Amino acid sequence: MKRFLPLLIPALFAVWFFKDLAPATDRGFAYSRLGKVPILFKGRHQPLDSFARNSLVQIYERYAFYDATEKRSIPAIEWLAEAMFKTEASRDRRVFRIDHPDLISMLQLPMKDDARGFDGKHYSFNQILGGTNINTLQEQSSRAAARAEAQRDTFDQAVLRLGNALMLYNALLNTARPAGMTQLVPELNAFQQAVPRGTNAYDAARAKSSDEKADLQQDPVVRSVARFLYQRGDRSDKVPLILPPEGGAAWARFADRMLEFVGGNTLPQAAIYWARMGDAYAAGDTGLFNAALIEYERYCVTQLPKDVTKAERETFFNRMAPFYHALVIYIAAFLAALFFWFRFSETARQISTNLTVLALVIHMVGLVFRMWLEGRPPVTNLYSSAIFIGWGSVVLGLVLERFWRNAIGLAVGSMLGFVTLIIAHNLALEGDTMEMLRAVLDTNFWLATHVVIVTLGYASTYVAGFLAIVYVVRGFFTGGLDSATARALTRMVYGIVCFATLFSFVGTVLGGIWADQSWGRFWGWDPKENGALIIVLWNALILHARWGGLVKERGLMNLAIAGNVVTSWSWFGVNMLGIGLHSYGFMNGAFQVLAAFVGSQVLLIGLGSLPFKHWKSFKGTPAAAQS
Amino acid sequence: MEFAGLRPVVRLFRSPHFVKRLLAPLTSLRLTVTLLALGIAVVFFGTLAQTEDGLYVAQSRYFRSWFSTWSPHTPSLKWIIIPLPGGYLLGTALLVNLIAAHIARFKFSWKKSGILISHLGIIVLLVGQLATDMFARESRMSFAEGEWRNYSEDFQETELVFLSDTSDAAMQSVVAIPESLLKTGENFVLPVLPFTFKVRQWMPNSDPVFVPPMMAQTNAPQTSHGIGRVFTFTEVPVTRKMDDKNVPSALLEIASTNGTSLGTWAVSDWAGEPSLKFGAQRYWVRSFSGATSTGQMEEAMQQYFPMTRSIYSKLIEPQSITVDGRKYSFLLRPRRYYQPFSVQLLKTTHEVYAGTADGPGGEGIPKNFQSRVLVDHPTKGRREVDIYMNNPLRYEGLTFFQYQMGRDEVAASRGTSTFQVVKNPSWLTPYLGCVLVSLGLLVQFGIHLGAFLSKPRNAAASAAAAPASTSSTSRR
Repeated sequence: MKRFLPLLIPALFAVWFFKDLAPATDRGFAYSRLGKVPILFKGRHQPLDSFARNSLVQIYERYAFYDATEKRSIPAIEWLAEAMFKTEASRDRRVFRIDHPDLISMLQLPMKDDARGFDGKHYSFNQILGGTNINTLQEQSSRAAARAEAQRDTFDQAVLRLGNALMLYNALLNTARPAGMTQLVPELNAFQQAVPRGTNAYDAARAKSSDEKADLQQDPVVRSVARFLYQRGDRSDKVPLILPPEGGAAWARFADRMLEFVGGNTLPQAAIYWARMGDAYAAGDTGLFNAALIEYERYCVTQLPKDVTKAERETFFNRMAPFYHALVIYIAAFLAALFFWFRFSETARQISTNLTVLALVIHMVGLVFRMWLEGRPPVTNLYSSAIFIGWGSVVLGLVLERFWRNAIGLAVGSMLGFVTLIIAHNLALEGDTMEMLRAVLDTNFWLATHVVIVTLGYASTYVAGFLAIVYVVRGFFTGGLDSATARALTRMVYGIVCFATLFSFVGTVLGGIWADQSWGRFWGWDPKENGALIIVLWNALILHARWGGLVKERGLMNLAIAGNVVTSWSWFGVNMLGIGLHSYGFMNGAFQVLAAFVGSQVLLIGLGSLPFKHWKSFKGTPAAAQS
Repeated sequence: MEFAGLRPVVRLFRSPHFVKRLLAPLTSLRLTVTLLALGIAVVFFGTLAQTEDGLYVAQSRYFRSWFSTWSPHTPSLKWIIIPLPGGYLLGTALLVNLIAAHIARFKFSWKKSGILISHLGIIVLLVGQLATDMFARESRMSFAEGEWRNYSEDFQETELVFLSDTSDAAMQSVVAIPESLLKTGENFVLPVLPFTFKVRQWMPNSDPVFVPPMMAQTNAPQTSHGIGRVFTFTEVPVTRKMDDKNVPSALLEIASTNGTSLGTWAVSDWAGEPSLKFGAQRYWVRSFSGATSTGQMEEAMQQYFPMTRSIYSKLIEPQSITVDGRKYSFLLRPRRYYQPFSVQLLKTTHEVYAGTADGPGGEGIPKNFQSRVLVDHPTKGRREVDIYMNNPLRYEGLTFFQYQMGRDEVAASRGTSTFQVVKNPSWLTPYLGCVLVSLGLLVQFGIHLGAFLSKPRNAAASAAAAPASTSSTSRR
């Protein structure tokens, strides 16, 4: 049995990964087909599925939500279909996550009550707006928005987050039809026939007094125009463009195209498909819905074959969820490596190695798939930097393991793997992770050189820091750190710091050269540049201190742990300052996490500086007596 | 015999250890580590300071200086003062440390060749940055489509210019006096001008207050001639913020060569920044009409705009004086750097991603900024070239970067473009330094790695079995 475990356990994880690759079978409404419908949002061609997921994650923080009454998990695309086509039902879905107790009580929302299925955390649109205090929410929201970013407290942030979620949800309701309409097809037909008359009537209504305006509300065409105007709203940047190019016109939002056709042309074919799908969905008619959807699919294949192919690939990628699978496997690999330390069972080390390799392969498939989808080098934003730092750290960990075979490389690699993927998951809560690049970033050459190399510099500095953490934690808390392992760790840390110096230096200087190319100065003391410079200086300091004999084994470890703080400052800290040319990577609320991490590192350095007589390892060694 | 007293000195000089002993404190790695640590502190506090002081001030205070101090911005913590070395001091010290260490310990060996190469690269980088700091000059060139420019403008400094009016542009004599010479109370006697003038007041940053004609009867105007009769210029504190600009003004008294006063004038740079133009007019419309809401403002704009435009045109008018039948105009404007060639802006392209330009901000996600220009050099001929993000134009020792893009305020169909124009003779040093350091580190770590790979390592089995007491390494 022991012989097979190292293969069996990773094989089980592999099966679990491949099982999720299989296409979902639709019972009832063809949601998986709907997910593949191509749209254009924030300048990016993407499947409706991605839009659904990125919207739901901003509201609910997951890609599927659990409905307590139906007792099942509802995928994002199903939730979106309901929001677009069957608004009344959707408004009762408890998807709005509210964490702040003060906000819950201000809105007079029910507390946790298992009997009624309330979890005290998630509320529906109707619950939130049904309360008497909606004006209070608006007041609080504009008050919080007026405050400077750094001055906002957690309540302000919660209010703004909810306000943003409500606005986003409202955009979904108006994506494919005026919110709440159940019978759009007859409306469109009537609209089309009466458009010329309606245009005149609408113009006349605008010129007339308010009494007569109210009178004109009775006119069905005026009402249609008013409906589409209302659908268009004033925050249209949150609404995706669902109508593909047709008859010389570009991609358009539903309402915009309807209002354009007030000029008196025939209605776009795609709008009619969308209307038919929606009406069938609202009526609960799966057959009609699926038929209309398939017709629209065929239409898209002939009209926009490239977008359809890309949408299909991206839906596959969404379903594969490589980073989620890799994250889980990294945790398993880390646990196996820990087991090796306590039991020294070679089987555990084998299992851990194979699991780490499996997770790394899945991680890399995800990374390369993303690059292929975007047509970009691996790192284009904070999210992908986390993915890439994780990947680089695991590779380094495996290389170390290849030489030393003591599970330290495995433990550090798999730990950094799952930590960075958790960070990536949290960064993804902001929405689309494949957003289009601003003009200054739109250069694959510099993204492939400067960004990749500097990110590898981050990764290696973290690897050195986490190796040092292994030294302190194992040495201080367990008796398991013998001097041979300690020596091995020292050489690992030293080697990785050399590597980190090379990469962070070259990456930083390449960044300077890029800046020279695009802004006209090599070095501008911008916060992000300074952060990278600090990493370079810190690694150089470690090396010189080591060469000059100013630090020995333990000093090296403490300096390397401080390297974690330095790198985190550069990676996230400077973005929190909210200034500088690189502040496009800004995120909220991560400050506490960063502060806690820095605190933990300071604590570890403190432990690492305690005399050896307080350590569990190294007791009775001559060296211990000296220090 | 008189020289006997110097024997020990001579001996000392002859001693092969003399140089080493003298340099010893300068060559130590302890000093290197200290300097690196101080460097980290300076960069860190210099970054923090940018949140309040802005980039420009923080940069000159912490990096382009010899010494500095940092204090928190929270008033209750103001008493904390951290003294720091400045960037110049640290850079020089690192350079001295590095060079001294190599002189004292120089002994060529292949094993250390990587360190040597990368340190040479560091020297190139440090010296190159110092040269950039001393010789680089940044200015801006902005124009609308179709316009020609043969100069770029400084965005910090202004100059006072006298022009003699003549129909023949080539005959027009120009005298430009840089801002640094214009101090309150200073007298100027220039041979090319048939008059002298005195700076009665120099305002590094100013605010023009419009004085309506009926008010002018009660209050005496600020000057006897020109815009000072319509506006009163007041000095305001100098701003240091990144997105704010100092707008200097000056009050001049002009006298004939025999000393009789010809009157007083005001000159101002308020016409320098195009963005101020629209802002100033909105401000006047608001103050005349008392409009508060957007709707009221729109109506007020209709009503008052022609009037404020005429006020504004008065503000930007060059001042003039006629002496001996010849007219001279003078104005305060951003300092100009003339080039021996001209540039014409042919076409601007500003693209945003589809479906992103209609948000509340209306900005959109920028996809491309591109300017097509015609460069015309009297001896080297003309050529057309595109300047866009990450693709600057390098020409005649200058580099033109796409900096801003906009629309002409009068004719919205006409695009405008601003280039950052950089003259930096040492722009190549970072490239060279980067190559040297990278190469050196690769060689050095390659040697380490080779040595590491050729040695046996402690495998897991020995690590597990080795008793802790066999350790002989010393730990600190």
